Amino acid sequence: MNTAINSKKHKDYIIGFGLLILLLGTITVLEQILPRTSMIFTVLKKGAIYALVAVSMNLLNGFTGLFSLGQAGFMLLGAYTYAIFTIPVAARPQVYQYFDGGIIQFTIPVAAALILSGLVAAFFAYLIGLPVLHLKSDYLAIATLGFAEILRAIFQWDKIGVITNGSNLLKKYPVFKSCLFYFAVAIICITLIVLLINSTYGRAFKAIRDDEVAAEAMGINLAKHKQLSFVISSFFAGISGALLAIFQTTIQAKQFTSAMTYEILLIVVIGGIGSITGSCISSFLFIACSEWLLRFLDDAKLNFSSVQIFRPGFRKVVFAIVIMAIVLFYQKGIMGDKEFSFSRFTQSVKKLFPGFKKAKVIKSKSEGAAE
Amino acid sequence: MSTNVLMMKDVTMQFGGVVAVDNLSLEVNKGEIVSLIGPNGAGKTTAFNVVTGVYAPTNGAVYFNGNKIVENYPSGKMKKNYAGKENGKYTKRIEPTPDKITALGVARTFQNIRLWKSQDVFTNVLIAKHLRRTSNVFTATFRLNRAEENRQRKEVEELLKMLDLWEVRNELCTSLPYGLQRRLEIARALATEPTLLLLDEPAAGMNPQETAELTAFIEKIRTDFNLTILMIEHHMDLVMDISDRIYVLNFGALIASGTPGEIQNNPEVIAAYLGEKEE
Repeated sequence: MNTAINSKKHKDYIIGFGLLILLLGTITVLEQILPRTSMIFTVLKKGAIYALVAVSMNLLNGFTGLFSLGQAGFMLLGAYTYAIFTIPVAARPQVYQYFDGGIIQFTIPVAAALILSGLVAAFFAYLIGLPVLHLKSDYLAIATLGFAEILRAIFQWDKIGVITNGSNLLKKYPVFKSCLFYFAVAIICITLIVLLINSTYGRAFKAIRDDEVAAEAMGINLAKHKQLSFVISSFFAGISGALLAIFQTTIQAKQFTSAMTYEILLIVVIGGIGSITGSCISSFLFIACSEWLLRFLDDAKLNFSSVQIFRPGFRKVVFAIVIMAIVLFYQKGIMGDKEFSFSRFTQSVKKLFPGFKKAKVIKSKSEGAAE
Repeated sequence: MSTNVLMMKDVTMQFGGVVAVDNLSLEVNKGEIVSLIGPNGAGKTTAFNVVTGVYAPTNGAVYFNGNKIVENYPSGKMKKNYAGKENGKYTKRIEPTPDKITALGVARTFQNIRLWKSQDVFTNVLIAKHLRRTSNVFTATFRLNRAEENRQRKEVEELLKMLDLWEVRNELCTSLPYGLQRRLEIARALATEPTLLLLDEPAAGMNPQETAELTAFIEKIRTDFNLTILMIEHHMDLVMDISDRIYVLNFGALIASGTPGEIQNNPEVIAAYLGEKEE
């Protein structure tokens, strides 16, 4: 019985892996045939970035049960770390024009900068985690939200402008135009998170989420494991921040508002708290809806009556209604706390179209009768 | 050198003005089944929580296998308000968190079942093995601990087979019948490889037949796992059947201790807890 389940799981992994390769292949082809400025690439890139940060938030909120709202702050740390350490020395006088070229006069390779951006975010998470992780639910959310806001203010402070360029833009750092770069980084990071969640540590995180008292009584060190989850989550949020910097080609502390954290939280909730695939699916859906699919609603030319329904900003109204509908009818999100698997997908399709299954049964019955 | 597995000395636990456990001293010897009984609110569960590190006692000490694992004395606000005895006898402050105490070999179950609800039976027990890991977060993430993981799975398999839970291993723990959930909680506690097991009302909510089964079950795990058991229980049949010794608490204080026979005939215990036999 166990082996049957295992082989089914095995099959799901292989199909999932195949789908992923297919997706990457499709993107490669699309990049060859569609113009670079096509909206689909924006959606794919931003979707990949948000998928990573949503999964990192899910690790904390969904799998460890720590309701933290500091994600934008850690993304900011990651984005700035990447930008600061990769702006070419020659471009620095121009970027840091108000700060005499800044004080950092060296660059590190892109890969190292990406990892460093994660490490910086993780380091700050460690420091902030020491006092705040003793807090429970809402209080933890308030504390981490406050931390993110403080970071945003500090990074715009003139006095440390020699490093952060004050409230001015950071730019001219190396960027990547191909979607594949974003996907590669996001896939590697999400794979690491999935491996962690399915390891003995991931199981301990889930135990803490389900019942803290029992977890502690069974020998799971709460402080250590919460800290671990917080630091790892922030590490990947930092990397996704760096990806966001690369995507936007310019970065500014001002944009890492709490509204950004809420967007990520929304993605996690819509996807399903405690579902990695849910977070990934919903982040692409979310970005596609907010950036692309609903754009036509802003088009004033579409109005066929004298009432100006379609006008710039109308898509946001529709988007809000869609989200409300999702929250109303799918209270546990798209995936709940389950993961997407091909076998489950086919099962639900069969459930949706009972006629299909019946037809098969009848067919097999008639075959039996024929024999 | 004593054969005490567990010794509580002068343990007082005071919440504000309420003395929940009043100067409790007890001993549990190796291989014994000892019961802690008393009316509701007598402080039995609080005593458990002191032993397992959930609460630091207001005053007193706890020894495990001869080593002091918990010690505390009144301080702060309690310094002025302390209403217990033996003030000034203890001067150190040893307050380990519950996981540290579990790591020493003390496992417990809960009065209200506290299983990890979203997990299946097998995973519930497997998570308890996390305590005895040697892997760190990197070796675990990159699956370099496969040998250990397989060994732990094997151990869980054996444990579940021994406790007759193997057939339901893939069931969600909340879908099990009540008695099995209780047994699963014991299995989970055993997975932490304890030498002392604390059972908090293991027979709560069970019918007489289930209680009888539980009696045999507790006897069985004591010998199979070489355990010492301290138990809180209200089912007197169960208590009198399997206890080697009994401690009786009332309003936080110890009113009697002894063998089941002695306790049954103790007038103070009858007045406070057991009640007169109806003729």
